[in-house]
Amino acid sequence: MHKGKGMKFVGDSRITAERKPNIPKDYSEYPGRTEAFWPNFLLKEWLVGAVFLVGFLCLTAAHPAPLEGIADPTTAGYIPLPDWYFLFLYQFLKYEFASGPYFVIGAIIAPGLAFGGLLLAPFLDNRPGRKVSQRPIAVSLMLLGMASVFWLTYEAAEHVDWEQRAEENTPELPTEVEIDEDHPGYEVYQNNSCIQCHGESLEGGAAAPPLTDIDHTVDEIKDIAQNGIGDMPPGQFEGTDEELQQLAEFIVEVNESGE
Amino acid sequence: MLQKLYDWVDERVDITPLWRDIADHEVPEHVNPAHHFSAFVYCFGGLTFFVTVIQILSGMFLTMYYVPDIENAWRSVYYLQTEVAHGQIVRGMHHWGASVVIVMLFLHTLRVFFQGAYKKPRELNWMVGVLLFFIMLGLGLTGYLLPWDNKAYFATQVTLEIAEKVPFIGEATKTLMAGDPNIVGAQTLTRFFAIHVFFLPAALFALMAVHFILIRKQGISGPL
Ligand code: HEM
Repeated sequence: MHKGKGMKFVGDSRITAERKPNIPKDYSEYPGRTEAFWPNFLLKEWLVGAVFLVGFLCLTAAHPAPLEGIADPTTAGYIPLPDWYFLFLYQFLKYEFASGPYFVIGAIIAPGLAFGGLLLAPFLDNRPGRKVSQRPIAVSLMLLGMASVFWLTYEAAEHVDWEQRAEENTPELPTEVEIDEDHPGYEVYQNNSCIQCHGESLEGGAAAPPLTDIDHTVDEIKDIAQNGIGDMPPGQFEGTDEELQQLAEFIVEVNESGE
Repeated sequence: MLQKLYDWVDERVDITPLWRDIADHEVPEHVNPAHHFSAFVYCFGGLTFFVTVIQILSGMFLTMYYVPDIENAWRSVYYLQTEVAHGQIVRGMHHWGASVVIVMLFLHTLRVFFQGAYKKPRELNWMVGVLLFFIMLGLGLTGYLLPWDNKAYFATQVTLEIAEKVPFIGEATKTLMAGDPNIVGAQTLTRFFAIHVFFLPAALFALMAVHFILIRKQGISGPL
């Protein structure tokens, strides 16, 4: 570094006033054709990046990110699974020699040795030769590690029925409907047999589906109340036409409030 | 005109060394896929960086809708996924990007390993790289909980149980991560959110900066 009196600076700063030429680092000891990064190589990189991005966007458009139902700690029998890149650890911890009393081996010692070895690889494999043939031990340990990770991941994923999991756990927006119990229609609903099967807040029951989240019109509901539908027998409604109208309007209003 | 602007700034702040490191350097033949197709293996580090940028940008847009509390987290994700224009694409990019970045990191690590590029003088950069790998795994682990669906909830419960069983520090670690020794709930979600969007990205940026500065200082490893 240049030091001492006689140096010229820009103003009172520490920036030297002498302009230095912009000389890139020299790669001439490497054989062959070096290329300037700017702009030649960057343009090519840009093209490759664009192709990569298009492929990636096609993936995201073709496969929307999955979402299951809202977390519910009371869900019975849910089998937890981590993301795919943790499957190998998840599988490893299932083996007898790595779980229960041997948990410390499975969760700490074995992964600690593997990842510690990876972290310290430059010091464990510290001779100058870089070629694969010059470092048989390091390379075979790495191949062994890779084979184990692939195999464990395969073992963990093989038994999982991914499609079934997705089907059983589709996201459903929990609808919150408002039941206006002062509505004249609610009284009709109570006084007829509807409430016995469809529930106090239209939530459904063992014998009948919920009456929320349906898209029947007033006239259709009037017809169903009188003539039945599917497993629902006809003649459930007994009352005046006016009451029938109030009942149907009440059910439609509840459904609209949930949207 | 541009040259004048450059000179004006350069006179005052001496940006030439910086510009040289960022843009005005040479690409030797052995890493250039235009000359040797097999040199595509040198692209994996750059692709990792590219996907990381995608993660950062899509993540920033996700936080415009995401609400980190147990009442609204799932609902906000559901809303983004079903109602918001292009919300599905933004979430899809972040979701699939999280997997692609692991694949790219893995390939990059293999390239460096099998070429023996971690040997003297690049030991430090290799260790920085392994730490980067851990940070990425941590981001994946914490991000998995955020949608607050069943798979998120139950997988995190298992993770925390594993952490708890570690001798001596297990229980303290679990409490630190979950916010409570027993409950996986509101505190857990906010902690994972904070770790996912503040703590780990900060560490990621710092380590990536060190990684890139070291690469520039040392240059890429020579041909085998
Ligand atoms: C966020 C994660 C990472 C990013 C963005 C990244 C990026 C890069 C880039 C762009 C290069 C230049 C050469 C190339 O592209 O192959 C590089 C080189 C290097 N990387 Fe990474 N890397 C990451 C993680 C890692 C990991 C996980 C390791 C190893 C465990 C690692 C070890 C190295 C080493 C030793 C070099 C120098 C290689 C040489 O000079 O030939 N990096 N990295």
